[in-house]
Amino acid sequence: MQEKAGYATPSPGVQSDLSSEPHVATSVPPADEIKTTTCYMCACRCGIQVHLKDGKIRYIDGNRKHPVNRGVICGKGSAGIMQHYAPSRLRAPLKRVGPRGSGEFVEISWDEALSTATGWLAEVRSKDPSKLAFFSGRDQSQSLTGWWAMQFGTPNFAAHGGFCSVNMAAGGLYTFGGSFWEFGEPDWDLTKYFLLFGVAEDHGSNPIKIALGKLKKRGAKIVSINPVRTGYNAIADEWLGIKPGTDGLLIGALIHELFRTKQIDLDYLVRYTNAPWLVIQDPGAKDDGLFARDADGKPLCWDANTKTLAAASRVDIAPSLVGEFTLPDGRKAVPAFRLMAERYLDMSYAPESVAPETGITADTIRRIAAEIADVAFKQTVTLPIKWTDWAGRTHSEVIGRPVAMHAMRGISAHSNGFHTCRLLHILQILLGTIDVPGGFRYKAPFPKSAPPANKPVGKPDQIKPNTALPGMHLGFPGGPEDLLIHPDGTPTRIDKAYSWDAPIAAHGLMHMAINNAGLGDPYSIDVLFLYMANMAWNSSMNIGATLKHLTATNADGSYRIPRIIYSDAYSSEMVAYADLILPDTTYLERYDCISLLDRPISEPDGPADAIRHPVVKPDRDVRAFQDVLIDLGARLKLPGFTNGDGTARYPGGYADYIVNHERSPGVGPLAGWRGEQGESFGVGKPNPQQLERYIANGSFHLHRLPREAQYLKHANKAYLEFAKSVGFVGNTEPIIFQLYSEAMQKFRLAARGHGPVQPPASHKQRIERFFDPLPFWYAPFEGSLIDETAFPMHAITQRPMAMYHSWGSQNAWLRQIHAANHLYMARSRGAQLGIADNDWVWISSAIGRVKAQVRLMEGVNADTIWTWNAIGKRSGAWGLDKDAPEAKKGFLLNHLISELLPPRDGGYRYSNSDPVTGQAAWYDLRVKIERAAPDEAQETWPLFEPLTSPTKTIAPALLDFGRAFNTERKPGRSV
Amino acid sequence: MTALPSSTGQKLGLVIDLDTCVGCQACATSCKEWNTGGYSAPLTDTDPYGADPDGAWLNRVHSYDVGEGATSRTVHFPRSCLHCETPACVTVCPTGASYKRASDGIVLVNPDTCIGCKLCSWACPYGAREYDYTDGIMKKCTLCVDRIYNEHLPPEDRVPACVRACPTGARHFGDLGDEDSDVSRLVRERGGYDLLPEMGYKPVNKYLPPRPRRDATTTACSAPGEAVAASNGSAIEKLFAFADKILSR
Repeated sequence: MQEKAGYATPSPGVQSDLSSEPHVATSVPPADEIKTTTCYMCACRCGIQVHLKDGKIRYIDGNRKHPVNRGVICGKGSAGIMQHYAPSRLRAPLKRVGPRGSGEFVEISWDEALSTATGWLAEVRSKDPSKLAFFSGRDQSQSLTGWWAMQFGTPNFAAHGGFCSVNMAAGGLYTFGGSFWEFGEPDWDLTKYFLLFGVAEDHGSNPIKIALGKLKKRGAKIVSINPVRTGYNAIADEWLGIKPGTDGLLIGALIHELFRTKQIDLDYLVRYTNAPWLVIQDPGAKDDGLFARDADGKPLCWDANTKTLAAASRVDIAPSLVGEFTLPDGRKAVPAFRLMAERYLDMSYAPESVAPETGITADTIRRIAAEIADVAFKQTVTLPIKWTDWAGRTHSEVIGRPVAMHAMRGISAHSNGFHTCRLLHILQILLGTIDVPGGFRYKAPFPKSAPPANKPVGKPDQIKPNTALPGMHLGFPGGPEDLLIHPDGTPTRIDKAYSWDAPIAAHGLMHMAINNAGLGDPYSIDVLFLYMANMAWNSSMNIGATLKHLTATNADGSYRIPRIIYSDAYSSEMVAYADLILPDTTYLERYDCISLLDRPISEPDGPADAIRHPVVKPDRDVRAFQDVLIDLGARLKLPGFTNGDGTARYPGGYADYIVNHERSPGVGPLAGWRGEQGESFGVGKPNPQQLERYIANGSFHLHRLPREAQYLKHANKAYLEFAKSVGFVGNTEPIIFQLYSEAMQKFRLAARGHGPVQPPASHKQRIERFFDPLPFWYAPFEGSLIDETAFPMHAITQRPMAMYHSWGSQNAWLRQIHAANHLYMARSRGAQLGIADNDWVWISSAIGRVKAQVRLMEGVNADTIWTWNAIGKRSGAWGLDKDAPEAKKGFLLNHLISELLPPRDGGYRYSNSDPVTGQAAWYDLRVKIERAAPDEAQETWPLFEPLTSPTKTIAPALLDFGRAFNTERKPGRSV
Repeated sequence: MTALPSSTGQKLGLVIDLDTCVGCQACATSCKEWNTGGYSAPLTDTDPYGADPDGAWLNRVHSYDVGEGATSRTVHFPRSCLHCETPACVTVCPTGASYKRASDGIVLVNPDTCIGCKLCSWACPYGAREYDYTDGIMKKCTLCVDRIYNEHLPPEDRVPACVRACPTGARHFGDLGDEDSDVSRLVRERGGYDLLPEMGYKPVNKYLPPRPRRDATTTACSAPGEAVAASNGSAIEKLFAFADKILSR
């Protein structure tokens, strides 16, 4: 059949030349209308253009002007059409009529739904507001949901950060007042050496993809530190297939090498960090390990010029980094730097010492350390930007050390994650790479003081019937006095956040709320109110136990968690376990604001925020959850949601709130086009035209900072003055990086018996060990509490780039890419265990087992198995057929992850979390793998009873989306 | 059988950078969403919410290991029609439905004359054709012929949907017949190559190979080591001596 070149061979059939080629309509108008809004398939929140034709969505592409994605769009974003038209969409409010989990619901009116919810909630509020636990999952409106909970008066509010990456956030905020993700990012345009630690493939999505493309174009070196070599890690110049949970050791060894080879930026340390601050050395004293301070409370250092003690904030001094000095009271004190040197030059952090544990050779560690030092100190980037520092001194240039890093859940979701994240930031700071060209750059409203000034709210005396809390829940304890505990040391919060169990739980512990409520530990609750959190499935550890708590009954048959309200747009597994369902809209049918009060989309060049607005109208009886929450707030007469006369404060719902709500005078959810004429940024009166201004600008606002304010923001006068003027910071003092954390030491001193708030005896040892003011590495808990030889493999998960959380499974296109997940293991390990591709195996942990099908691969640490997360679905959920591969072959590792650590003396069980922050330690999981017997069913296990779909929507057997758009095609051809 | 034009005015095609592709599937789904409502509409999906979801896709991405051990790589490989200069898929077509455009070299299927015999998909060694079982006709990458000349799109958007979407910038579109074009230059600079050149179909699309690694397999450790047994005392003394200097705030 093949014909060769030259081809003018006459054909007996058809002559192909220009004249006989069929007409092709190459210029069909693709849309009647283009609307810009913001994507919601992950937390990147890219700008999108929704192209509408005949009232239907023709296609979605990226907004070229948008700062986040600059026109590109990811695999999920383009499939947004199928997200929007999914048959799993809930259609109307639902009331449960069968037992929990049965899926038996009846549709009810919104009036009935809202009055039911109001009745339940009002009762709780008048009795004891803490009997409401309100948790939201992948909520992008936490500044509203949190504020609602504050007005309600319950201490029990948080979003999903506790099981996502709170270690990353808290580790950064306590160290340098920033972090990665929405807090800051690498200087992608100038960095020459990029280290990527533990990044699942969507954290972040388009911004990192765009950036990797830039790095490749410029030839910057990319080093991936990840047990798994997929996605971003696959294109790195160097892949270090580290053993899970040992990143802190590797980073410690890099620090060791920088100290050993004396390649650290001493000038940067004395200017911007507490390295020279003097630490009191007086074992047993109540202030041992705290900073020596002068009479005004200012930390002291030793001035090498005058050979005297001096306030460390003075600019006319030469602070010593080494030595030992005598305080006026005769006691000794040493610079924090000296303690760091002693810690990290210890041979336990030497490359040879960490090589066996990490799986990275000592030679490689030394080489990487030498490479980053070479780039930082010999390949400096200098920008001729004139800027003025906090003290008023003008500089003619900004010196950049072009080594950049990014890290996410891989280092965060371990029980040693907080300290590992701190170590990573210390590495950055020793190299002088924070907020300099080519290094890390903050994104407004960060940097904030380290830690930020706001304290957690929800102390016993702050919780009163029918009373709002005096402030927002989540804050940053500076010491034990900021904990949310009763005088006897027990927690005020249902999730035990900010208690001795997890003192710096800056994002709460959503993963413990259902377990604790079920056990009545620390107390029972009356109403569980969840938004967009699939806690009955992939968002809980130990799903079986979670379902038991959700369905457990008292002796009289009533449920132990008496009432559950849930809002979701789709028929997720959680829907089946709720009593009242408030159906949400899709992301294209709603208003939203991506706010600087919340998790903004700022760029290093300046603060940015954005909105969503309805680009299509709902065709179902659903309402945006934020509208519903505001309505409930008014019905409950919550102070922030009602006027003095009791009428609704925001009768126009969320859009009304976005424009008119003021958190403090002149400061509202959106920072752009404030003022009556839209004349001001950041602070100004509400502008009735604000949403229109956003929509006209592509649904976002970017306030570009002047060049002089773009670098070294933590010490940059122009930036700090700007930040103060718009309320990002409270004053223009420089933000000093806390290499040595005094806040941590205060907790440790409490454990040693000092101060008014001390841990109960049972917690003392744990606080003493883990509240080390200098970060350190320790083995993840699970591995050290179980028999490692019985469970020799590490087990971790990541999400595929084309699918996000649960939401992808209902997507007709995305599920063709990932309808079932496999268990991936190293080819070499498969050979050892006699396991071949496609074999079914049992994965066992200390608490259970799961059956899965294996794929062997090269690019994975040989002691690690992994799988894609949240592909496995419960049969009947998400609008899928009961025999969908997601249910038959797809599996979750969640069944294997204990929500609690093994009991200690006295029987008490801590949550399976980081002891500092309460971050769920789901990457600590240890398992063993065994081949399933040949006669066992070729399907996953455990299989749960199929759920009954509450939507009554019949999913189509065939999808020919787009046929109607093709007006060129001659009719009658389709079969 | 269908004849090919003796030459084409342009050789429009894609250059795909395997060094930069992270396998994110953005090109696949953006292709699907544009084309299910475009020239090839619809790209039908069967059993979309059931046990065996399947559908027509004009662009798919595969990820796999190449090699073994320390030198192995994970490669992401987007696959679509290569718009060959001498494609057998055209010449085998019994009705002329499959054809190569003389003006720009794009290989298209005329949906009005395709009889769904699948000869073309058997002839294509690249597996680039997609039979739409519901529609009863063959479908394939059109290089977004209804985008690249579309006067209703802004000029910068007149590229294939996959190129418009690609977040890492791994996909490039242009005239590979023009030696001065950006895509031709990329191919020269990066050693762009043909898939299965031995088959003789002369693919227009080119792939850029992954760049050489810069890791332990290619880079020696230049930093001096230290004896494990050595005390850390001397290192601390050296560091303290280094740090014991006048530093100004």
